[in-house]
Amino acid sequence: MTENNQHKKVRRYGMVIDLDKCTGCGACMVACYSENNVPFRTDETKKLDSLNWLRVFKVSNNKSFPDVDICHIPMPCMQCDGMHGHGHAPCVSVCPAVATDYDHETGIVSQIYTRCFGCRYCMAACPYHARTFNWWDPVWPADMKKSLNPSVSVRMRGVVEKCSFCFHRYQQAKEKAFVEERMQVEETEYQTACAEACPVKAITFGDLNNPDHKVHSLKKDKNAFRLLESLHTNPKVYYLTKRDWVRRQCDNIDSHTDIKE
Amino acid sequence: MKIDRRCFLSFGLGVTAGTLFSPLPWKLMDDASIWTQNWSWTPVPEPGEVSEVNTVCTLCPGGCGIRVRKVGKRAVKIEGLSDYPVNHGSICPRGFSGLQYLYGPTRIKSPMKRVGPRGSGKFKKISWDEALATVKDKLQDLRTKDMPHTLACIAGSDRGTVSYLIDRFLTAYGSPNYIRDASSRDADELALYLTQGQDGSMGFDFENTNFILSFGAGLMEGWGAPGRMLNLVGSNVDKTVVQIEPRLSDSAARADKWLAARPGTEGTLALGMGHVIVREGLYNRDFIDNFSFGFEDWSDEAGNTRQGYKALVLNHYAPSHVADITGISAVEIESVARAFAGAAKAVAISGRGQGRASDGVDECLAVLCLNALKGNINRPGGIRAVAEPDYLTWPEMNVDLTASKGRQQPRIDGAGTGAYPNTRYLINRLPAAINSAKGDSPVQALFVTDANPLYTMNDPEAAKKAFSRIPFIVNFSSVMDETAMYSDILLPDHFFLEKTRDVPSPPGVPVPVIGLAKPAVEPLYDTRHLGDTIITLAKSFGGFVETAFPWEDYGTFLEQTLADVWSDLDENGFWIDEKAAPKPWLEAFNTGSRKYEFYPAALANSDGHGYHPKVLEGAASLPGGEKDYPLVLIPYDSIRLSCGILAPSPFMMKIIDDTVLVKNNGLVEINPETAARFGLSEGSGVVLKTPAGRARVRVHLFSGIMPGVVALPHGLGHRAPDKYTNGKGININALINDVSDPVSGMNMAWGIRATLEKV
Repeated sequence: MTENNQHKKVRRYGMVIDLDKCTGCGACMVACYSENNVPFRTDETKKLDSLNWLRVFKVSNNKSFPDVDICHIPMPCMQCDGMHGHGHAPCVSVCPAVATDYDHETGIVSQIYTRCFGCRYCMAACPYHARTFNWWDPVWPADMKKSLNPSVSVRMRGVVEKCSFCFHRYQQAKEKAFVEERMQVEETEYQTACAEACPVKAITFGDLNNPDHKVHSLKKDKNAFRLLESLHTNPKVYYLTKRDWVRRQCDNIDSHTDIKE
Repeated sequence: MKIDRRCFLSFGLGVTAGTLFSPLPWKLMDDASIWTQNWSWTPVPEPGEVSEVNTVCTLCPGGCGIRVRKVGKRAVKIEGLSDYPVNHGSICPRGFSGLQYLYGPTRIKSPMKRVGPRGSGKFKKISWDEALATVKDKLQDLRTKDMPHTLACIAGSDRGTVSYLIDRFLTAYGSPNYIRDASSRDADELALYLTQGQDGSMGFDFENTNFILSFGAGLMEGWGAPGRMLNLVGSNVDKTVVQIEPRLSDSAARADKWLAARPGTEGTLALGMGHVIVREGLYNRDFIDNFSFGFEDWSDEAGNTRQGYKALVLNHYAPSHVADITGISAVEIESVARAFAGAAKAVAISGRGQGRASDGVDECLAVLCLNALKGNINRPGGIRAVAEPDYLTWPEMNVDLTASKGRQQPRIDGAGTGAYPNTRYLINRLPAAINSAKGDSPVQALFVTDANPLYTMNDPEAAKKAFSRIPFIVNFSSVMDETAMYSDILLPDHFFLEKTRDVPSPPGVPVPVIGLAKPAVEPLYDTRHLGDTIITLAKSFGGFVETAFPWEDYGTFLEQTLADVWSDLDENGFWIDEKAAPKPWLEAFNTGSRKYEFYPAALANSDGHGYHPKVLEGAASLPGGEKDYPLVLIPYDSIRLSCGILAPSPFMMKIIDDTVLVKNNGLVEINPETAARFGLSEGSGVVLKTPAGRARVRVHLFSGIMPGVVALPHGLGHRAPDKYTNGKGININALINDVSDPVSGMNMAWGIRATLEKV
């Protein structure tokens, strides 16, 4: 865990989600489940127990009919950089087992299931409810085990899991680049399952530090904001909306003033 | 030696310290933590060579292009196929969860024969030979009794080679009763036939339009080809969308403007907008003056003067009057009508939600008239009739006398006969036709393929009663659903991703696109391609039935019948009919007047003529009295729920909100204002009563639903052996009665009167 990677060009993978495009269809969630072997149970209606790496929340402007409006907010792990971008994400700071760590090469907050012993401090620390706990053994009935993706390990009962920004896809892209003797992973080579899946192209994914990537300019849009910015968790997931009420509901107190590189 | 307290404690302390300094406890803890995390039943997915198969999704009629990622022989992920002309890479959540259907617990693994009572789900595994022999004996028996017309087939589609094969079998066998499952296509096709004299489905050129006026079509809820709509409308913020419906759906929330019209008044609203466009002269004069009939008053064959569209809307549909009916202010009606008329390329579309159920033809005609006023028919950004491309080469076929006599019998569902001469299929009338028959059921044998009528039809109890009178039901479903449970012989078809088949042009697409679904995996179970089953079955009859099927199997049939198209299909995975460019107005219309007919001459002489204002005001389409049932129940569609014949997959059940389903309880959406009137709060348990039935539900307060209206989703309340969906929520179809459209005979119920009782 070195914080000084001066000799390497630092990448900070992040996401910009256009809330004015999102229709709340849920394709991102299902693509994520399928890519990341997220288990399912017969009753998934108790949402606090439901395992998700990405959830699409629905918020309303609380006006009465017919002035009411709704907005869908897809929430993956925010991949917090922490204060001053040192990688001190809330979950990383509290984990007693170093089961969750900040990767200085990509800015991605990892989760190592075999290290996790299920204390759930990280869940308490995360202000975004991005983490869920495996209360039950995963079950894939009939032949459903055949649909498991070998690139992502199946989690066992008793550990915490969360969105990894499909880190296995980064590894695969990096290996491919290495074989082809390239230093750079291209923008299109590494995309998360949800960004790739979004049928209305509301999710844009890329390196926030790379001016060639779309997210680099999108995050500077005047309508861009992040969730709970006042907490200085410094998330790498940005949202876009023209609707003021949505921004207010996202508790965006420091909007536009606190976006640090 | 005496062991005193001091000695005991220091010994204990020593042991503790000593153990801690040894690796023992750490090793044990490590082992324990590894052991607790390495249950043998936590699977380790097998690695293998990664490959990809491009194919077409057939989980709904949308026919989106998909890419299946494989590891070894396993399919592990479905993604959108970016260079497919229908959806350009966008697919819906159901498509993403497709592997759960393929590998899921509901698959029928071999031919089966029912052993318990119908609906009990008790089946016995039998061999294909035995199963096919049973079916053949039964059908041969009917033929020897000169009753081949008592065989009927309920099918999900009437397009594509498999449907044609079944139809050919019915023809050779001697039955006129090919019945397509209900969908909004029924009304669309009829409206096209009446106004333009064209056979075909309605295509919308959303690609080139910049203003969409949707009278209830759930453009973001899975209407048409879901991937296409999400890609075209969802990802494109430049297109102005006006959504008209009584509930703030995801489509309405995403639209630029939401007009909450009272349920069932969409057609009236369309005529009100027509009034504004006509009054202000904003219509396309070239089209109206030269290529339309029935805009001005006209005289029929008997010499009576009949009211034209212009007089109708000007006299009866003034915005102030329409505002009273629809609940939309006159100012709003005028401004939207002007915006529609003024947009460079605008299109109006009718339909409800996903369009998986039929709707009224009147409403469809009223909305079609707006397109005619705009003159966007066969124009870029407008609508057009998409004919089924003539891409198949069939060998000549002869039928015997039995078959010929059977074919001449009237259809059991009444379509195309007497009362409903222009309607092609009327599945909604089938249960009544069977239940009201004296003596033996008019259907003695039934084939069901790609349909689940005992779930999707309104009033499934009546349908069940009708089914119980049919002595022999054969089902080709790949999964165990409500209708399969009620069948006698199951001849499971290969499923999605297991077979080769052509995919007919998806609903709403403006050019004919034929797709080719290719197998991504080997068939998992002892199933057989439906095409092969039909060919084998036909061959077993001998005589003319056999000679009508000269192919060895479905594979050779497909290559021979597709002839010229096959190489394109095989190479690209799709084929676009280039010859199908929309015709200019002069040649486009095949009606009596060779023009677009505002007043379908085909209907002009019958009593149930055109726009009957009462029908359009919704009064006739809503059963139940206002006194006993002060509320209105409407169904809604959600793209997160699979609303058609297939139950939602486990992943889809996982993404539905806890405002739709909590444990096994369905939640009914109700406006807080209405809830207060009934003394209800969030989560209250209530009994929802309609003239058709009753159900226990819970209350969800939602300000996005019109006061006085309550809503339940389509797609829940399945009753089939699938623990992920069985008994979860309410099947809203069971709470709604059919309402027959007097013009077409189709079911046009968009809701039903209802009341809530506290428990």
